Amino acid sequence: MLGKILVRYLKPFWPLLIGVILFQAAQSIAALSLPNLNADIIDEGVVKGDTGFIFGTGALMLGITLVQIACSIAAVYFGARVAMGLGRDLRAAIFRRVGEFSEREVSKFGAPSLITRTTNDVQQVQMLVLMTCTMLIATPIQAVGGVIFALHEDLQLSLILVVAVPALLIAMSFIIVRMVPLFRVMQTRIDTVNRVLREQLTGMRVVRAFVREPVERDRFGVANDELTETALKTGRLFALMFPMVMLVLNVSSVAVLWFGAFRIESGELQIGSLTAFLSYLIQILMAVMMATFIAVLLPRAAVSADRIGEVLDTEPSVVPPVDGVTELKQVGQVELRSATFSYPGAEQPVLRDVSFTAKRGQTTAIIGSTGSGKTTLVNLLPRLFDVTGGAVLVDGIDVRELDPDTLWSKIGLVPQRAYLFSGTVATNLRYGNPDATDDDLWSALDIAQGRDFVEAMPEQLEAPISQGGTNVSGGQRQRLAIARALVKRPEIYVFDDSFSALDTATDQRLRAALEREVTDATVIVVAQRVSTIIDADQIIVIEDGTVVGTGTHDELLQTSTEYAEIVASQLTAEVA
Amino acid sequence: MAGKKNEQKPTSQPTPQPTPKPAAPERPALAAVAQRRGGPGGGGPFGGMGMPVEKSMNFGPSARRLIGRLAPERAKLVGVILLGVTSVLLAVLGPKILGEATNIIFEGAISSTIPAGVTQDQVIAQLEASGDQQQADFISGLNLHPGEGIDFSALALVLGIVLLLYVFSSVFSWLQSYVLNGVTQRTVLRLRREVEAKLHRLPLSYFDKMQRGELLSRVTNDIDNISQSLQQTLSQLLISLLTVVGVLIIMFVISPLLALVALIAIPLTLGIVMLIARRSQKLFVAQWTHTGALNGQIEEGYSGHALVKVFGRHREVEARFGEKNDELYKASFGAQFISGLIMPATMFVGNLVYVLIAVVGGIMVTSGTLSLGDVQAFIQYSRQFTQPLSQLGSMANLLQSGVASAERVFELLDADEQSPDPDPATSPTAATGRLAFEHVSFSYDDETPLITDLSLVAEPGSTVAIVGPTGAGKTTLVNLVMRFYELDGGRITLDGVDTATMTRDDLRSRTGMVLQDTWLFGGTIRDNIAYGRPDATDDEIHAAAEAAYVDRFVHSLPDGYDTELDDEGGNISAGEKQLITIARAFLARPSVLILDEATSSVDTRTELMVQRAMSALRKDRTSFVIAHRLSTIRDADLILVMEAGSIVEQGTHDELLKKNGAYARLYEAQFAAPTAAEEAPAVPVLVPSAAALQREAIQAELTDDPLAE
Repeated sequence: MLGKILVRYLKPFWPLLIGVILFQAAQSIAALSLPNLNADIIDEGVVKGDTGFIFGTGALMLGITLVQIACSIAAVYFGARVAMGLGRDLRAAIFRRVGEFSEREVSKFGAPSLITRTTNDVQQVQMLVLMTCTMLIATPIQAVGGVIFALHEDLQLSLILVVAVPALLIAMSFIIVRMVPLFRVMQTRIDTVNRVLREQLTGMRVVRAFVREPVERDRFGVANDELTETALKTGRLFALMFPMVMLVLNVSSVAVLWFGAFRIESGELQIGSLTAFLSYLIQILMAVMMATFIAVLLPRAAVSADRIGEVLDTEPSVVPPVDGVTELKQVGQVELRSATFSYPGAEQPVLRDVSFTAKRGQTTAIIGSTGSGKTTLVNLLPRLFDVTGGAVLVDGIDVRELDPDTLWSKIGLVPQRAYLFSGTVATNLRYGNPDATDDDLWSALDIAQGRDFVEAMPEQLEAPISQGGTNVSGGQRQRLAIARALVKRPEIYVFDDSFSALDTATDQRLRAALEREVTDATVIVVAQRVSTIIDADQIIVIEDGTVVGTGTHDELLQTSTEYAEIVASQLTAEVA
Repeated sequence: MAGKKNEQKPTSQPTPQPTPKPAAPERPALAAVAQRRGGPGGGGPFGGMGMPVEKSMNFGPSARRLIGRLAPERAKLVGVILLGVTSVLLAVLGPKILGEATNIIFEGAISSTIPAGVTQDQVIAQLEASGDQQQADFISGLNLHPGEGIDFSALALVLGIVLLLYVFSSVFSWLQSYVLNGVTQRTVLRLRREVEAKLHRLPLSYFDKMQRGELLSRVTNDIDNISQSLQQTLSQLLISLLTVVGVLIIMFVISPLLALVALIAIPLTLGIVMLIARRSQKLFVAQWTHTGALNGQIEEGYSGHALVKVFGRHREVEARFGEKNDELYKASFGAQFISGLIMPATMFVGNLVYVLIAVVGGIMVTSGTLSLGDVQAFIQYSRQFTQPLSQLGSMANLLQSGVASAERVFELLDADEQSPDPDPATSPTAATGRLAFEHVSFSYDDETPLITDLSLVAEPGSTVAIVGPTGAGKTTLVNLVMRFYELDGGRITLDGVDTATMTRDDLRSRTGMVLQDTWLFGGTIRDNIAYGRPDATDDEIHAAAEAAYVDRFVHSLPDGYDTELDDEGGNISAGEKQLITIARAFLARPSVLILDEATSSVDTRTELMVQRAMSALRKDRTSFVIAHRLSTIRDADLILVMEAGSIVEQGTHDELLKKNGAYARLYEAQFAAPTAAEEAPAVPVLVPSAAALQREAIQAELTDDPLAE
């Protein structure tokens, strides 16, 4: 998956990538040429006392260094461009894909997981690319260059490489193979420590009320000890790494001197070559080490890439029609025909064979216990889900044939969990209708019983709302969400258990106002409590995903045992 | 004397630095790689890019305090320093002794070119005669054995010594890192332990003032960051410093003049690194700000996914995301690019100094003030010198970040604690549960008095209902009973004993609490029920579970009482969670009970069970109930009516109705005329649980409740 993603998303950057490779190559070659100049400064300059030569070669050296630096900077520049650009594109691709998802896919992944995938996981891949561009790409050039130069200096002495390079590789992998799983364990242990702390903070009152501080301290102590134990193990491996690498390097150079001495004795090697050979040996070993080290990034980035790929490869289950219907004859009629919905692989469908018609100017209520499928049912309307059997029709047309924008413009949804966006009261209210005037907003607030508290805020309509609407109370949030739907002036209202956070008086005033103001729209209300729906024109009773009763309150009391049971249970609750 | 040719020996630096090979591209230190990788356990979303470094407000003292936390490991730290010094010493000596080896090879090579029998002096004389004075001077510095080749036994000896030197240097360096690792890990362990213990000693008012996310971040992210900074900087800081000092000493021994030239590298390197770091720091901060902004966009887009669609805003949302995404791209590109300049820049300084030394050294050799071997060695050392310098510079960044985190953690550790338990503490002998408020006054802050001169008595076994709108301060009373907060005046007695003279543990173990937010922790259902009494037997747990209607649904779970509840308790419903907390209170057998009747929207059957369980729990116990149900309120022995933070009325239902005051108004608005909603007076919402009230309403409507006038 990592390879696939890289190939696909690096494509637009190929000119930059070539730049990175070229500049890294130039940089490495410049670096490789410097040891020779160093040798010259000493051999020809210092030894012979030729100050002019020292200046000359010194200037040349500085010049090459400048070139090398310029190339490094260019490589870093292009590399950062590529890596950060890749990150940006990946984030955009994921975000776009999630935008196409239906609620089914979103709930399959879960919003938090999707967020992590868009941010953290992209970050991991981006980091790998950055390190590759700024460091890894240069290492093979350095290693190969080093080998060529070393072979050029002395073929036989190069045999040391055959021992030294594998020795270093073995030493590095000995540590890295042990380190990678430890990292993973460590991450879970850090998570555990943080989870215990989070639990303690959120449950502080309960912890204190039950006098559980000592137990909590023990629980934390265990987690803390376990984390430290793993951290110690990891740290010990780290402690071993650098001395080991240095030992391999140093032993290799001692070996070069020892065997080199024999070659010099036999007259096959010059002293200058011996020291130059040493430089190249070091260069090769450093390159190998660097490459191994960056290789550690790989497994982590691969896991992230898999998680990203999962999102990108998930096809949205709700696909907009190619040539969606935009012209509609009827207004605001909703019809479900044997609508069935089940999750793939699930034994029981969430909804089975649900049929009813909701007419304009009428209120259709849907009642049933939690988990009976009410929310799923109303989510079929705006195509947050698609039926797996039967059909949902709006104004006589199957929603799957409607242009999504046309469909959505007809529906005003007030979800179960009132969610507000960061901004102000006004920006939230205008969410579905950017052109609404302040008067429109106030009249919607009037109906939603929200005028009082918005007026009480110092900035009124411009009062800031934090993300999710966490800075207003649950009841206020719900009323703003209702007002938001009202401002949109849709033909179909869907209230998904939207009155639960309101007290009776407000709830009743709100419903009365709704009845007064919203006369020509189709209203669908999901509720859990009988009092909310008692006056509805039509009540649909849902139990375990099927319709078990349809009618008005009075009719259902006679005809539906399930409805009677619900009513009774809400009454006996008090008697107890 | 060493007539060494140019040798670019690696030196045995136990640090992860690249070789000090002249003019080779200086590789970023491996530790830097580790750090960029996020290091061990690098968490956060941008763990890979380093933390944004806020300028510490108080760097010096906080850094000292952080170092001070290493004090318990003093003996080990001394060991670490000794090991470090030894290791660096051996490493620094490396090139000098290795120079001898080159020397032997060199002398051997030259000697073999001179016929046996000719003395060194003859060669020199010959050279002088031919006018090659320089070469003559050069040869005179060597110890030649004409006619003989390389002295392999001498070479073996020297190389053997160097090998030993390097092995020991590596071993010492490893031991040093090993011990230091233990020191840092144990220090972090202690810091975590201390912070956790501190949390339990902080007054609840502290948690009110602090945002939970902020606090969480301090106890988790900041400590992680400290751990990483300590781990990565301590060992390198030490080794780098020691190396710089060691090399500097040797340099001054060889040639004070050249050492002065080399010293230029210090301000140059540090200056450049600081300059770049300061700039990149700002860019990193910008990158973090933009990351935050983008994450906000993503979070909103995903959390409000359905709304975005149905309200037809996906285009705008995508456009805004694109904008933020672009901004982040620009910021992070800048940060990466600028911070990527450090390496080439320090490399340049290294080469610059190298050339300077070569030039000045060359002049000194020709003028005869310095030997060639010394220049050679000196150049070696100058390479060893700039490397740790640039490391020190880049570490400053990491260190700052760590100290900034430490400062935030220290702030938490320094926060005022709750008053200590009285010593000796008293404890009520009887356990009847008679609770009395005597002239209690209290306020959360000094400006707005919340409760003034409140007196009330809850007789054993009686029920006190607290009614009033949200935010009226109903939980304040609960907080005072549990002594989560301290009184400003008056006293609260339990069975005749002032609760302030009891230990908090004693008081709280006599008090049970069932709150609206059903806090369950990760563990089995059994553990969660036994929370208040870990020593409870299985029979007791089952009895409590049965009384709280938990037993029934537990049996439908595959693992029964051993079902693990996850973080959000996602595998059981909200109502079931509430039942578990009630079972918990049953098991704890408190003499005083605090109940919050408010329930989140649970389905009606579960709600019925919650209510039954609560009434059963209340039986024969003194209870304070934050009441939402008419029946609870009506049957209460005492009703406290709270408005805007103070108790405005107290009495029984009948008494209060007769008074025709706040309670009567509230009753009128909320319970008596639910169907006449449109005529309902526009009073603020007084009772928050719509659920309970709607039920009341239906009851009133459908059963002809005589009270529903």
